[in-house]
Amino acid sequence: MGKLSRVALLYISAVVVLAAVLVARGPFTGLSWQYVAVLGILVIVSESRATQLRQGELTWSPSSAAMLASVVLVGPVGAAIVGACTALGVRRGPHIMQRVFNTSMYALSAYLAGRAFLALGGHVGLPDENSFPGIIWPFAGAALILVAANHGLLSGVLWLTRSRDRTSSGSLGSQGVGVGLSVRLLLSDLGYAAFGLLIAALWSVVGPFAPLLVLIPLFVARWAVAQFAEQQKAYEATMGALCQAVETKDFYTRGHSDRVSRGSVMIAREIGMRGDRVEAIRYAGMLHDVGKLGVPTKVLQKTGKLTEEEYAAIQLHPMRGLDIVREIGFLDEALAGIMHHHERIDGRGYPMGLAGDEIPEFARVLAVADAFDSMTSTRSYRGARPVDEAIKELRKWSGTQFDPAFVDAFVAALKREGWQRHEPSVLAADDLATVTAQDHDDPDAPLRVIDSR
Amino acid sequence: MSVRRHELRRYPWQVRDSGQLLLVVAAGVWLVVSVAQTAADGLQDPRIAISFGALIAFGEVLRLNLPGDRESAPIGFAGALAYALLIRVGTHVVHYSAQQVVTVATIGMIIGALPHLAVGRPARVSGMAARLLCVACVAYIFRPLAGNDAVDRHWGLAFSLMTSLVVLALLLETVLTALLRVDEQRARFQVALVDEMRVQLPLGAAVGASALLIAFAAEVMGLAALAVFTAPLLVTQVAFRRYAGIRATYLQTVRALAKVTEIGGYVEAGHSERVATLAVAIGRELGIHEPALLELEYAALMHDIGQLSLHDPIPGGATVLVSRQDQQRIAELGADVIQQAQVLGSVAEIVRRQNEPYRAVDARPGASGVHGGPAKPSAPPLSSRIIKAANAFDDLVGSSLDPGRAAAAVQRLRLDTASEYDPNAVEALSRVVNRWSVML
Repeated sequence: MGKLSRVALLYISAVVVLAAVLVARGPFTGLSWQYVAVLGILVIVSESRATQLRQGELTWSPSSAAMLASVVLVGPVGAAIVGACTALGVRRGPHIMQRVFNTSMYALSAYLAGRAFLALGGHVGLPDENSFPGIIWPFAGAALILVAANHGLLSGVLWLTRSRDRTSSGSLGSQGVGVGLSVRLLLSDLGYAAFGLLIAALWSVVGPFAPLLVLIPLFVARWAVAQFAEQQKAYEATMGALCQAVETKDFYTRGHSDRVSRGSVMIAREIGMRGDRVEAIRYAGMLHDVGKLGVPTKVLQKTGKLTEEEYAAIQLHPMRGLDIVREIGFLDEALAGIMHHHERIDGRGYPMGLAGDEIPEFARVLAVADAFDSMTSTRSYRGARPVDEAIKELRKWSGTQFDPAFVDAFVAALKREGWQRHEPSVLAADDLATVTAQDHDDPDAPLRVIDSR
Repeated sequence: MSVRRHELRRYPWQVRDSGQLLLVVAAGVWLVVSVAQTAADGLQDPRIAISFGALIAFGEVLRLNLPGDRESAPIGFAGALAYALLIRVGTHVVHYSAQQVVTVATIGMIIGALPHLAVGRPARVSGMAARLLCVACVAYIFRPLAGNDAVDRHWGLAFSLMTSLVVLALLLETVLTALLRVDEQRARFQVALVDEMRVQLPLGAAVGASALLIAFAAEVMGLAALAVFTAPLLVTQVAFRRYAGIRATYLQTVRALAKVTEIGGYVEAGHSERVATLAVAIGRELGIHEPALLELEYAALMHDIGQLSLHDPIPGGATVLVSRQDQQRIAELGADVIQQAQVLGSVAEIVRRQNEPYRAVDARPGASGVHGGPAKPSAPPLSSRIIKAANAFDDLVGSSLDPGRAAAAVQRLRLDTASEYDPNAVEALSRVVNRWSVML
């Protein structure tokens, strides 16, 4: 948080004073301290570091459910006290000011939610069989007020503390992301808030065990989501390492798969592909050349013209690639993309000689990114071309070799995002890499084949 | 013959009995008695019975596969447990027998299994039988007590009784599935039990909590509680399904990419896969736990990945036949590749040390030169020793199914157990190979 401006300080003090006054006013008569204690402990536990699953990001914690349960069970003042228990959460880090503000913010919004509950005709106390379904509306109102007050107060303080360094970093894009994120957060907060009612409803049957029982499945779900995220990260890292291993032998094509993958994703995003298909094309890009391992090294390294057989061996690599990745259970489209990434729009490509729309969309996208990276990378027979020149080449072959729509999309994306070119370092003396003399991906220097006819 | 001799040294847990059959028969008998009784008495509280039956069927339709080929039906199981533990719905006190619980649960399970059968996925009867037995146990203990005045009046008593019954049911299910796995995969019971607990604990906690929630909430909300408290479990299940999905894709990808060495002509076709299968079987025989077993599988699949960095393929790829120095280099290169992923640190270590002799101190003069100095003081990890043995065996035997050739290969490895191969790994390998040749 750094140094606070006077306005921000004023805002924070106002929130703190308001919360303190509202709680101090009471009334405390008839307040069940037993309930407050149990729910307060729940809030402390859920605000503690040990129970938070992902650090750094905005995370849901069950405290809002606990506060809403206290709205029903102990009323506005009790709810505010439960909300104030966030101060006692065991976690490192937050600035003392931040902590004071958070505590007051939760207390204040819980109080407001409690008032809303009463105003909409809710009755404080244990719900019984007759409370349903009448209790649902006041409760929904309270949940709405709680979440809205929370988000409102929080964005207020964020806006005030960030406004000073706005000129340096405040771009439209990042603000848009922020708004999208908070809407999603708002919705999920509302969903989780519903569990507050379930806790309150069960309290009459199982007493203080209610929050425990209600929250166990949710905690387990969060755990599984975290496990999934971890596995996915591990998966991508492993995949990347293995793809790198495949191309490690050839000095000049190192990093090719990675860049083709990035280029394909750029095109896919540009034409508005669905999220899961973008993921699939990313993998397809990484894996598109694994079949090259099936081509003998001496063919890949040959400087002179290729014989018919050697050319056939190179043409086989997409099929070999398909053989390798066929058993991986992701989208079939990625497999089709790998198999057909050397087809041409005019039907003169390989392995099947498909033309136009017969070529799977993924393959047409991959072909553009593939050729572009080849042209902008250094080869033994020529230096790397600048991006502008490579774009010109793409345009030249657009309509015969490449799908014009994807060339346009790629050029548009390149203009906006730029391109990280491949800059080969000096070949280390102990490097085992070989140097390819011809590149099957290069559209401007087609493989030369001995004409046997 | 030595092969015969080793067959006699089987451990008690390796004797194949028909545990699965026993379980299914037990559940079946219980079921027949229950259905007959229920038919004779007539269905009590039919509306409640149908609601719970529908929930169980719904849960069975949505069953999922957890990592390690485990079938699970969390919603169905929670619904059946809740039905066994129900005391009242609203103000209405329910009166049905344990037999009715078993009947309703079974009918729900069978109906839920039908869509799976329709698309050609056979029902795993043993898993269903295990779940049914657990539900039946809870029902037979709790149903007679449900009408009891003391239980009805003190919620604390009811709560602790129901909680302990749910815990009991979950434990029983874990033990039964562990037993089934011992039967199926020849794992040791203690190992299988610990593995099972590790996998089932999180989901089991969610299932148990949901069962209690449904049973208690029905008092306040009536049958709406079924829908309301199935929702969090549904969320949990979706999360688990995605987790299991990425785990499966991960393994498939490593398998596929390990095959790259075969397509490149570096190793014989099917080599990595065979070594991995053999290594996992040996690991299981030696009582390795599941997480380590997965690492062993990854390492075995990728043990030759370092060959990709070699300029020319080694003829036939038989690494047992090339010089120790080349072997060591392949291992180092492979480990470097895996290290790049940063998440498979121990796998990289296993691959790096896959060629080290079992007794490092006893290394021959030519061998120690590779490490540049005195031999490493620590013995290579067990997984490396297992891969060393499995790899050597496959290099000698290949895809051949000839038992004589396999026996000769085992014999050759056994002669080298003084320093080269871990005798335990070789003996375990011999048992695995024996078992496979018997099954052929």
